[in-house]
Amino acid sequence: MSTDALFHMNITNVMYIIAAILFIVGLKQLGSPATARRGNRMSSLAMLVAVLATVVGNDIMSWEWILGGAIVGSAIGAFSARKVEMTSMPQLVAIFNGFGGAASAVIAAGELIRLIDDGATIAEDVSITIMASVIVGGVTLTGSFIAYGKLQGLVPTRPLLLPIRNVINVALLIGMIASTVWLVIDPSITAFLIAGGIALALGILVVIPIGGADMPVVIALLNSYSGIAGAATGFVLGNNMLIIAGSLVGASGLILTRIMTKAMNRSLANVMLGGFGVEDGASAGGEEETRPVTSIQADDAATMLAYAQSVIFVPGYGLAVAQAQHQVRELADLLKAKGISVRYAIHPVAGRMPGHMNVLLAEANVPYDELKDLDEINGEFQRTDVAVVIGANDVTNPSARTDTSSPIYGMPILNVDQAQSVIMMKRGMSSGFAGVQNELFFLDKTQMLFGDAKDSVEKITKEVKEL
Amino acid sequence: MFDAEALIIALTVFVLAIFIGYEVITKVPPTLHTPLMSGSNAISGIVIVGALLVAGQADGLVGQILGAIAVGLAMINVVGGFMVTDRMLKMFRRSGQK
Repeated sequence: MSTDALFHMNITNVMYIIAAILFIVGLKQLGSPATARRGNRMSSLAMLVAVLATVVGNDIMSWEWILGGAIVGSAIGAFSARKVEMTSMPQLVAIFNGFGGAASAVIAAGELIRLIDDGATIAEDVSITIMASVIVGGVTLTGSFIAYGKLQGLVPTRPLLLPIRNVINVALLIGMIASTVWLVIDPSITAFLIAGGIALALGILVVIPIGGADMPVVIALLNSYSGIAGAATGFVLGNNMLIIAGSLVGASGLILTRIMTKAMNRSLANVMLGGFGVEDGASAGGEEETRPVTSIQADDAATMLAYAQSVIFVPGYGLAVAQAQHQVRELADLLKAKGISVRYAIHPVAGRMPGHMNVLLAEANVPYDELKDLDEINGEFQRTDVAVVIGANDVTNPSARTDTSSPIYGMPILNVDQAQSVIMMKRGMSSGFAGVQNELFFLDKTQMLFGDAKDSVEKITKEVKEL
Repeated sequence: MFDAEALIIALTVFVLAIFIGYEVITKVPPTLHTPLMSGSNAISGIVIVGALLVAGQADGLVGQILGAIAVGLAMINVVGGFMVTDRMLKMFRRSGQK
């Protein structure tokens, strides 16, 4: 290697180290909402440094195609980032994950074609990593698109169970291993395409049996895959920058996956095997509920709130569906003006993806220091006068703490039942996703406020103003 | 391209990066988990580096087209991911802060 080329390579590697540091510090600054925005900028700077380092250190022969791809990609990215509704954030993340996976698979294809054209023998580790890259990338691509379809309502959200799906999955896995062995022994585009096709099919088959309500877990997992696909590409190209950044994303996705499964009281295997909610839904209709509940009207609810000293709102996804975030914040402002302490208790699965509810409330101008997670708020309920549950159900069910026979036993819940009184806003008496009746409804301290959440909150606000 | 020693170094980098990622990301509060996901989406756009290498070294038209597609897909992640994360983080305000 000429000294000039060596010099360029060293510059590139030093710049990669700088980029890696910036990525890590950027993620570290996501540790607090106060510094998070700076952290995100630092990460984007890291990306710029990494791209420049790559351009400096390598002879890029033709620019036209690269620039064309970059312009089109940037335009699509910028457009979707600007246009997306905050409620659709899970769909956006799902589809971006898919594109990331696709990029890894396409790079592996390009590298294989180049190596075959060169005519040199391809080392086993290179062919294996090429296969890893296309397989993880392919599964991520189609899996993410199915997840997107389910979230968007384009694909039925109920779990779709093929009768012989386990046989098909095993056959696909065997095909994947066989084509990998084939590629290692005799590098050919055919073996690569077979593995790629199998990966695409597997991505669909793995996600389609999973119910719509489990999509947050799937998205977190696919997020992790897109990182792992990137790291695998790093192994293909012998590039540490890709390995480091890919691993960071892979770790992030895995941590979020674990948080979500823990919050749902499920194991990852249980989510991935799918079918959850199919059997439960059938049995739930069997028992007719006859116990009485107390229901109130908006004016009584307004009186309860206006004369309280402390209020905790417990928002669930029903709140986002009703688009009632702004109305809730307005009511909260009114109560705060009366000197009442207002906080929000947010369960990890309150939205459609980890942290989704926090973003929806932040969009409605709720200050982040009023948003409390499970551990922070659970001790506070017993010192709280009124807890207002809006569009949440299973995550407030005290059976999870007490009833060992309940399917949700052991699930971490918000201890709403420990508040002095509870206002439960709900459309009707239907049970939640888990198909179990919520014991909270039947407590003496619980008042049911039936109707559309947005409507009810607006009425309460009006009544509070007039008090 | 790879010899055993280089593979070991790559594996070392991989394992250490996973540990750093784990340590740093467990400290991200639940409030920021959605921006964390979209932000890490953007970071997974690092495959742009691989896309540039493949596109830049391609001799044939097929290679160049594949490279361009990979660059485009990666740029959707990079530009879209960082922009949407910034859009979200901009909305997070402390009490009394305008």
